Amino acid sequence: MRGGKAARSALLRWGVLAVAIGAWQTATRTHDSVYFPPPSEIARHTHNLWFSGPPTHAFLTPEATVNILPSLARMTTGFALAAAAGIALGTALGRSHRAYALCNPVLQFARAIPPPALVPVFVVIFDFGTQMQLASIVLSAIWPVLINTAEGARNTDLLRIDVAAVLRLTTAERLWLLFLPSALPRIFAGLRLSLSLSLILMVFSELLPGTANGIGFTLTDAQSRSDLLTVWAALVLLGALGYVLNTGLLAVEKRLLGKGRPA
Amino acid sequence: MRNRRQELLLGAVGVLLALGVCEAVGRAGLVRRSYLPPASEVLARAVELAGDPVFLDGLGATVRAWALGLGLACAIAVPLGLLLGSVPVVDEAVRAIVEFLRPLPSVALIPLVSLLLGSGTETKVALITYASVWPILFNTVYGLGETDPLAKDTLRAFGFGRLSVLLRVELPATAPFIAAGVRISAAIALVLAVATEILAGFGEGLGIFIAQSGLATDGSRDVLAGVVWAGALGLVINSALVWGERWLFPWTAEHRGMR
Repeated sequence: MRGGKAARSALLRWGVLAVAIGAWQTATRTHDSVYFPPPSEIARHTHNLWFSGPPTHAFLTPEATVNILPSLARMTTGFALAAAAGIALGTALGRSHRAYALCNPVLQFARAIPPPALVPVFVVIFDFGTQMQLASIVLSAIWPVLINTAEGARNTDLLRIDVAAVLRLTTAERLWLLFLPSALPRIFAGLRLSLSLSLILMVFSELLPGTANGIGFTLTDAQSRSDLLTVWAALVLLGALGYVLNTGLLAVEKRLLGKGRPA
Repeated sequence: MRNRRQELLLGAVGVLLALGVCEAVGRAGLVRRSYLPPASEVLARAVELAGDPVFLDGLGATVRAWALGLGLACAIAVPLGLLLGSVPVVDEAVRAIVEFLRPLPSVALIPLVSLLLGSGTETKVALITYASVWPILFNTVYGLGETDPLAKDTLRAFGFGRLSVLLRVELPATAPFIAAGVRISAAIALVLAVATEILAGFGEGLGIFIAQSGLATDGSRDVLAGVVWAGALGLVINSALVWGERWLFPWTAEHRGMR
């Protein structure tokens, strides 16, 4: 019974998506607008542009290795740095009420700054290039993790802290067994926000004039040549990338939180 | 009460400390002075900008685009969310499309929309609207799902129609969730407003002030003063919305921890 229901719901979802893409296809074919190419052409262009390389290069074309891989490297490095620093600083802040009160207003202000406004600052300091892009990603994505971790660690059950004191757990044990597990749901809420911020800042920092490579560079470059097919292909790629990254993080979250979840 | 006071005091000390560190870094010459001017110079410039009519016009343009985009997003997302939330089949049907549209980082749309609409206010408003629709939409659908079924059944048992149930029970119960969605979208809308302006590089707006100052030699004092204004704007908007939520829906305080 349940299986039948799930199958019907999947059919409905994918069916509607297929119909929508079909409608887009026919509409663009009949109207023939330069700005809205048919999805079949976008798909073919995406394939030719990036995924028609030799098997030895995992089917990636030189175009893909030059533009997609550096973007991914910058994004994952930036996100990893922001996550590590955010969790470490957040735990440190969350364990002391004084430290939290001391830093809270500054943190709230830092978080309130719309991240793109900071990018020109880094352009002045680091000039264009990977350093500037990494700084933009890290200093935009760190706040949600930091603040959420601090709030999570702050709300550790007082009873558990007392038990830890009775058991004479060391600081490391307390961190690992007590503070981190109880902060984990909040940490993941922060990580999700940070991940999408990393993607946004990765693209944004590459859209600026003066960048040499990346998916964002592909976008502006295609825009300046009015190459609408490449613009659409880059958008599809970024959407797929965002979907894959988010799904991956959700899977990790499910695994980690499913086990040993604090009551 | 004393605790709260202590916290405020510590917070003030923290702000002073942070300013002190920025001042010291700026003066110590670790970084070139023209790159990272001391905090006092930046703050003085930020205050000076408050009397500059050209800057204020730009700020006004940014705020107008922000408000217009966010307003449009509410007008689209709330009715759509109510529809999706109350008719499960429609929700199921569009879910796949939404799941494909949502993860697209909205700043990536700036080049396409600029090609379509040019680089004026229309582009800004369209992008802000697109980006701010999602949180409001999802919160509306989620909030509808959390409505007390007993209250709905009771009303139905008394013979009220679907619309009355929606207006009398579901909408009031969903309103706090919608408000939380609007608060999240307000921050996203500001990001898009500033990002679009920085990339457009001409016209008027806070982002344009920041971008143009960045190009000028010795402009980093202006860039940072602009960032201070951007942060202050974000803070004012967020505080006003949090305050508004607390005032309108005082019973939802416990939800506010998660953000």
